[in-house]
Parts: sequence; structure tokens; C-alpha cells
Amino acid sequence: MITFEDVVKVYPGGSTAVDHLSMELPTGKMTVLVGPSGCGKTTSLRMINRMISPSAGRILIDGEDVTAKDEALLRRGIGYVIQHAGLFPHRTVLDNVATVPVLLGETRRAARAKALALLERVGLAEEFAKRYPAQLSGGQQQRVGVARALAADPPIMLMDEPFSAVDPVVRLQLHDEFLRLQQDLGKTIVMVTHDIDEALKLGDRVAVLREGGHLAQFGTPRDLVTNPADDFVSGFVGKDRGLRGLSFDDASALPVRPVEGLELDAAGKPRGGTFTKADSLRTVIDLVISSPTGVAVRVGPDGAPDGLVSHHDLADYLASRRP
Amino acid sequence: MIEYLRNNHVIVWQALQEHLYLALLPVLLGFVIALPLGYLAVRFPRLYHPLTNVYGILYSIPSLALFVFLPVILGTKVLSPINIVVALTIYTVALLARTVADGLRSVDAVVVQAATAMGYRRTRRLISVELPIALPVILAGLRVATVSNISLVSVGSLIGIGGLGQLFTRGFQLFYMEPILIGVILSVLLAAIADLIIVLVQRAITPWTRVA
Amino acid sequence: MNLSYLFDPAHWDLGVTGSIPELILSHLGYVALALLIGAVIALPVGLYIGHTGKGSFIAINAGNAGRSLPTLGLLMLMVTLLGLGLLPVLIALTVLVIPPILTSSYAGMRNLDHRVVDAARGMGMHPWEVLTKVELPMALPVMMSGFRNAALQVVATATVAASVGLGGLGRLLIDGLAVNDYSRVLAGAIVVAVLAVLVDLFLALIQRWIVSPGLKGLS
Repeated sequence: MITFEDVVKVYPGGSTAVDHLSMELPTGKMTVLVGPSGCGKTTSLRMINRMISPSAGRILIDGEDVTAKDEALLRRGIGYVIQHAGLFPHRTVLDNVATVPVLLGETRRAARAKALALLERVGLAEEFAKRYPAQLSGGQQQRVGVARALAADPPIMLMDEPFSAVDPVVRLQLHDEFLRLQQDLGKTIVMVTHDIDEALKLGDRVAVLREGGHLAQFGTPRDLVTNPADDFVSGFVGKDRGLRGLSFDDASALPVRPVEGLELDAAGKPRGGTFTKADSLRTVIDLVISSPTGVAVRVGPDGAPDGLVSHHDLADYLASRRP
Repeated sequence: MIEYLRNNHVIVWQALQEHLYLALLPVLLGFVIALPLGYLAVRFPRLYHPLTNVYGILYSIPSLALFVFLPVILGTKVLSPINIVVALTIYTVALLARTVADGLRSVDAVVVQAATAMGYRRTRRLISVELPIALPVILAGLRVATVSNISLVSVGSLIGIGGLGQLFTRGFQLFYMEPILIGVILSVLLAAIADLIIVLVQRAITPWTRVA
Repeated sequence: MNLSYLFDPAHWDLGVTGSIPELILSHLGYVALALLIGAVIALPVGLYIGHTGKGSFIAINAGNAGRSLPTLGLLMLMVTLLGLGLLPVLIALTVLVIPPILTSSYAGMRNLDHRVVDAARGMGMHPWEVLTKVELPMALPVMMSGFRNAALQVVATATVAASVGLGGLGRLLIDGLAVNDYSRVLAGAIVVAVLAVLVDLFLALIQRWIVSPGLKGLS
């Protein structure tokens, strides 16, 4: 667990970047710090590995003050991923990834073997190992950045806008890969972004910060959407938060009508999309709206249609959910 | 020209050796001195502009004046090669210290931060991250320093020691073109070869600059 | 060694041949002529190469090739070929200033922000207008730094003119050395160094005046 205890950061110019911030970031979960520029999110992140020192307050990792440890040693135990990856241009991809293990005293050989395995894990073929960073695309560089941060198997990872420099298509792909990776690894991750969609998608917890370094709300994505603490948070989450909220509920309670008069396409599949009980209500809305028949089809675990939902059914159900 | 070379090959050969020694020893000394000085200007950014100005002024002292003065300051004999070596070392430092500083400053701040965040301490970061990345800039400066040293040595002939420059003054006194021409050609050739060697070394030790 | 030569009022008397002011004037004369001729030759070539990209190889290597030519040797070679006089000195010094001017005017044109040039074309400027209204003003900071570099070098190197019997501040060095008058040599060295700083300051002022404030900090 990473604990912020009444942390304050005032820059020499007198501007307050972080204002009495207290929060607890749970172990093994991903916490996303989100907010507009100037809200102190990056400053907060960088105080964890002491790239910046707080003006007041303490930061603890599993109860131990981060200032108790030698700063270089502390950092070797915390993975760090940044925008544009910050790869070393003079080292091959493999040696970039092997950096921290070598710093920790492993032989170059052992470090490289470990690095090679990690490259595969982040989806880079072996042929990339010998290339230099300048020979990679932005998305590939970012993957190497993640592999480099993971190389010494640190329990904690800090990520500063890791996905914002890549194009939207690649970004979505990296999100999914990263979620899969995190499911396996279960690291304690702190990520900074200005993109609320990214925060809601990736975070187990989200901390919304506002200008001047105030914590506006700390909670699960669902909390933020369904129960914003104030106008700032609801404004930040956006106008379509009603719709967003539906992505947190599945379709298990959505009543369906019996399957009859089902139109099949040339391949023998129902026209329009299909969903299961596990899909979110937002997915169902999307299907109903885009279906040519105005009806979405629910399928059972075996893939066979077991119910239909129309515009009206959906509208009635949503109305009934209203408090 | 061939005729002249045949009759004077001993003198020309000696001049060439002296020229090489007088030009390259200062490059070596200057490089060793310039590295810490250049780093100083990066470590303490406030020093960058004052130091750069000092280097500029040092560089604008005419070489002849420096050659003449050093014996007075150092207490060496007027005809001692030490004067030339020290003078050219001063020029080399003036040029390279700035290049080293510029090279280190050109290293992407994001990369330096990434290195710090991964747990590099200052010295190791300098040696294994910042210096290698700054190498192309530093070596470009080294090329300039080497080539200009090789052409500057000959000015020393005006005070009696100057490698191939001796051929210039000899030819000038006799109003005879051949030795001057030979001296100029050899001097340019030496510079070209030295330059080429540095370029080849650079290619070998900075493979990452040739990709993509 | 002392400053007596430098501060002796007799040596500052304009009317006397070989006085410091007269040597400064002749020194500046060589410098100005060499820079002028060098600029007339190197600027158009550098700009053309930078603008078209044709012959980049020449521009890139001109710098190092020029530096490798020993000015003293070139000067003495010219004297044996052309006889004593101003011409050999001007040739040797002009050869010295051409590379930095050529390389910097090339680099200035080459490293322009091509988006801006593109925008200028897109707005309907003629090639000549793009060159004079956009490219040249933007390349000026880099070009000026090359010109200042050339000026610094030629101020220091023009002292060699004295070694072939001409004037300029090199006289103080050569003559002082010949008669072991170190006070005179020191005077020569100091005046040359001060002159170099003043010439650079003067060019910095010109640069300030002709370079748009919007481009400050780009040189």
C-alpha cells in the first residue's frame, strides 16, 4: 500500500502543486491520478520515487517512509514508465530492458536473458531485441518502456501519461494488452493521465485532482460516474456520464421476450448484434440502436439465441432502475 | 617537387614527425582537461555563460602572440616545443570544453530523468548514459580541434619551431615555392587523415547514430 | 614584460607610421576586405546549396577542408607566386573566411522549419518572395553566427600579414619578437584580443538590429 499523509508541495516560485493530499493506494491494484494540467498529478506521482521531494507530509510504502531508504536503491525497486518512453537511444532494445537488473548487480548475460523473456511478454518479437529505439514506432517504444520498467520485477510501477504519445488505435490496443498483463502480474500501479476515459477504463481506483493540487474525489470508476462528489468531478467525468454509468452494470437483470420471428442473415446468424448476460448495458444500448431491426438478440452460453430486447423494452427497464 | 623531396627527405620527414607530435599531443591533453570543465558548466548551469565567454576570449588570442608569450609566463626557452604544446592545448580546451558542455546539454532531459528514476546515481549516469549520448557532438568538436591544431602548428615556425611550417619559412626566405607547396600539401593531408580516423572511430563506437 | 609599450602616448600618435592606431586601421582593413570578398563569394553559394539541397556534400565538408589549410603556408605560397603586396594576404585571409560563411549560410537555409516555408507557399508567395520574406529572415541568426565566427578567426589570423612584410597588428608581434621587446608583443596581443571582442560586439549589435525579435534564442 502506498500512503500519502497530508502531503504538500510548494514550488520555489510560491505556486502550490499539491495541497494537503492524503490517500491510500491499495496493493496489487491500479490507481489512476487524473485531472486537468496544473492539478499536481505528475508532481504527486514523482514524489513517490523521490524525483521530487514534498514540502511537508510523508509518503509511505507498506508503512515505511520513502525517505528512509537510499534514493537510488528506492528507485531501482520501483518501475517507471513515461510518455515517449525515454528509452536510451545509444542502447539496443535488449540492453534498455536489461538496465535495472544490471544496476542491481546481475550479470549482463542473466539480465539479457530476463529482458528477452520480457520483450516477448509485452508482445515484441525477438527480432526487435537487437534494434535501437530510433528504429521502433511510438507504440513499440512504449512497449519497450513497459518491459524496461518490469525488468527487475518491482512490486510497484509508476506510469506518467504512458499512452498519450501514441495514436488512438494503438492506444486502445496497448490498454487491452496492459490490462491483460496487469491481471497476470498484480502490481501496485500508479498512473497519471489527463484522459478521463483512460482513467475509467484502466483504474481500479481513480483519484480526481483539480487545479492547485486538491483531491476532489477518490474512489472506484463507478463511484465517480454514479456518485460524483461535486460539480467539478461531474463536469470532469462529462455530460454523457449517464451513458458511461451503464458500462458498469451487466445485462443479467434485463428482461427479455421470447425468441420469435427472428430474422436470420445469409450465414444463418440472427441479424443485428448479439449479447450475453455478462455484457454491459451500454453494449446492449449500442446494439439496439445500430440493429437494422431495432432488436438485439441475447444468446446463452452455448451461443444459441434465448431472448430478444427492443427499444421499448430497454427504455422501460432503464426507467424502472431510476431511484 | 619530387626532386626537392629526394634531396631533402630527411628534413621533410623530421618536420612531419615534429608536426604530428606538436599538433596531436595538445589534442590529447586538451580533451582530458576539457571533459571535467565541460561537465562543470552543465552541473552548475550558472557557470555556462561565463565559462563560454572565457573560452571565446582565449580563442581570439592570436596564436603567434600566445607562442611568443608562453616562454615569458612559463619560464621556458623561446625555442622550446612546450610553448607550442601549451598554446595549442589552450585552444583545444577553449574549443572542446564548450563542445562537451553543449553535447551534455543536448541529451534529452526525458532520458536523463528516466535514468534517474531507474536508480542511476549521478556519476554512473554521467558515464553510462549522458556521455555516450553526447559522443557524436563531442567527437564533432574533436574533429574541429584536431584539424585546426594541425594547421595552426605551422605558425610556430615564425618563432622557430613549427613542424611543416619550417618548410614555409625556408621557402619564403629563399623565395622558392617547392618546400612551401610540399608543406601545405602534407599539412592538409595530415589533417584529412586525422579527420578520417576520428570519423571511423566515431562510426565504430556510436552505431546507434546510423540507424533509422 | 610590462604594459609600457601599450600605454606610451607616443605609440598612439595617429601621424606616426607604425603607431598603434595606424596598425589597427590597416588590420581592420584586411579584415573587412577579406570578410567582404568572402561573403560575396560564399553567401550566394551557401544559400543556393541550402535552398536547393544540391551539392550539400561541398557545404558540409567545406568547413573542415578550410580549417585544414594552413593560412601561413598559403600566404607564403601566394607571395612566392604573386610577389609581395596586398593581394596574397587578401587571398589567404579570404580562403580562411569562406568556409564558416558557406557552411553557416547552408545550415541556416537547410534547417529552416519547413512547415513555415510550406505555409508561405500555400499562401501564394512567389519563390522569390518565399526566399526574401521568409527563408532569409529565418536563416539570419545561424548565418550571422557563422559570419561572427569568421570575423573572430580573421581578426586573430590577420596578424600573419606582418610575416610577409605587410602592416596590421602583427607588426607589433613580429617586430617586438625580432628585437626581444616583449612589451611591444604584449601590446600587440592585447590590442588584437580587444579588437576581436569589439568586432564581435559590433556584429552582435548588427545581428540584434536585423534579426526579428521573434527569432531570438534560435541562433
